[in-house]
Amino acid sequence: MRAQFVFSEIFIGLRRNLTMTIAVIVSAAVALGMLGVALLMLFQTSYMKDYWYDKVEVSVFLCTKDDTTLHPTTCASGPTAQTRMDELQADLKADPLVQTVFPETQAEAYARYKNQSGGSQANEASQITAYVSPDQIPASLRVKLKDPTTEHIDAIRSTYQGQQGVEAVADQKTILKPLFKLFNGLTVSASTVAIVMVGLALMLIVNTVRLSAFSRRRETGIMRLVGASNFYIRLPFLMEGAVAGLGGVAVAALGVASFKFFLIDRVLAPSFTFTSFIGWDKVLLTVLILVPVGLVMAVGASALSLRKYLKV
Amino acid sequence: MIRFDQVSKTYPNQNRPALRDISLEIERGEFVFVIGSSGSGKSTFMRLILREERPSTGRVYVAGKDLSKLSNWKIPQLRRQIGTVFQDFRLLPNKTVEQNVAFALEVIGKSRPTIGKAVPEVLDLVGLGGKGGRFPNELSGGEQQRVAIARAFVNRPMVLIADEPTGNLDPETSVGIMKLLDRINRAGTTVVMVTHDQAIVNQMRRRVLELDGGNLVRDQSRGVYGYVR
Repeated sequence: MRAQFVFSEIFIGLRRNLTMTIAVIVSAAVALGMLGVALLMLFQTSYMKDYWYDKVEVSVFLCTKDDTTLHPTTCASGPTAQTRMDELQADLKADPLVQTVFPETQAEAYARYKNQSGGSQANEASQITAYVSPDQIPASLRVKLKDPTTEHIDAIRSTYQGQQGVEAVADQKTILKPLFKLFNGLTVSASTVAIVMVGLALMLIVNTVRLSAFSRRRETGIMRLVGASNFYIRLPFLMEGAVAGLGGVAVAALGVASFKFFLIDRVLAPSFTFTSFIGWDKVLLTVLILVPVGLVMAVGASALSLRKYLKV
Repeated sequence: MIRFDQVSKTYPNQNRPALRDISLEIERGEFVFVIGSSGSGKSTFMRLILREERPSTGRVYVAGKDLSKLSNWKIPQLRRQIGTVFQDFRLLPNKTVEQNVAFALEVIGKSRPTIGKAVPEVLDLVGLGGKGGRFPNELSGGEQQRVAIARAFVNRPMVLIADEPTGNLDPETSVGIMKLLDRINRAGTTVVMVTHDQAIVNQMRRRVLELDGGNLVRDQSRGVYGYVR
């Protein structure tokens, strides 16, 4: 087997069908890029789930001095007293759904608030903390559930929402919902486009190889007659598919990287500071997944096409 | 070398068989003409030897192997033992004479030194020494057919199949091609040649197989074309 011969055949083939080759690379790139984006979003969602579900799921916020007018039914008696806080904590601890409860006083909440806002939006935050005093920040009971399903969270909410001294019950799922929705939407739409584009890319590859086989039927006919092995006759076509597929992977990798760089790092990360986002390691992993997918797609379609259009 | 054992071939969707109950044997080193009008089954006969078709019934043996038992991946090995020449030469126009001949060895994975040695040798044999750098369109029809024969013979096959090799050539050039095929035959290669050329058949006085409507109507050693039945 002479490698030089095979490689020259591949590049002759690719050049001869240059427009089709470009079409294959572009459609494979879009297909794989969308697949990559879908994968990144899946990584992101599971990363966020791991990150958040380990932490506190439900916060029971208690009344501050401002809530007497804002929440007159439950906060009529002013800021929640320490005794009432202890009572609520004991109730929560007794609840079979609850694993642990962490109390957070107004002073602690203020410190955490200052700390948290001190990060990326320093200017804005320092302005806010200048106007906010510790007694305006609610004390809370942070509840970790044994099994943080939506039903259990709703059960806790309906029990404690409306109790005396409780301003509001909030859960992380509600806060994160828009983000999860965004990522799920991206996953679904990217996968849909990916499926359509994979189909398109497959058809294009089949057709390109078919054209290639047709334009080289004289050569392959002679190869057949002089007894070249099937593998030897087909190899240049398969490699043509593989090269085009790898070209698609390369472009898709650029696309995935720019998705991470421009959308996640530049847009999403600054706007959703309370959570963190996947790093470049996941981007690399995605690209490493795309390589075999692209190769299998291209070589598989080529092989299929050859079976049909190149009789040996 | 080649044996047909009660071979019939009927193509799908056709009532009349292309070959009907053919039994014959071609010995090693023989020179055989296959004659017959168009549609008489000559092409099918050739395609069966090359295992491009399988017989509907009966068996074909080439070089001692039963082709019906030959698995698909062994077909290339069979075809390496059979050289093939066509009426329309089938050369690659974008390759030189040398490259055309070398192509046949490259694609069966021969090493570069082997090719470097075999190609000039076979070009000398067919009388094209010194024309290796020409392109096919710079050659006459007879010379192109010599290139095709060189390509078919460069791997020293046991059988050479020639499908109307002189069909596109004038009588004088044809004589040259026949002399070349004769020389190859005398070196021990079995030659099976399909032809319509009466003069050649009459002149050569070799074995003649005549097909008519799929039947073998004549098998005559030292035959002539115009045999009266």
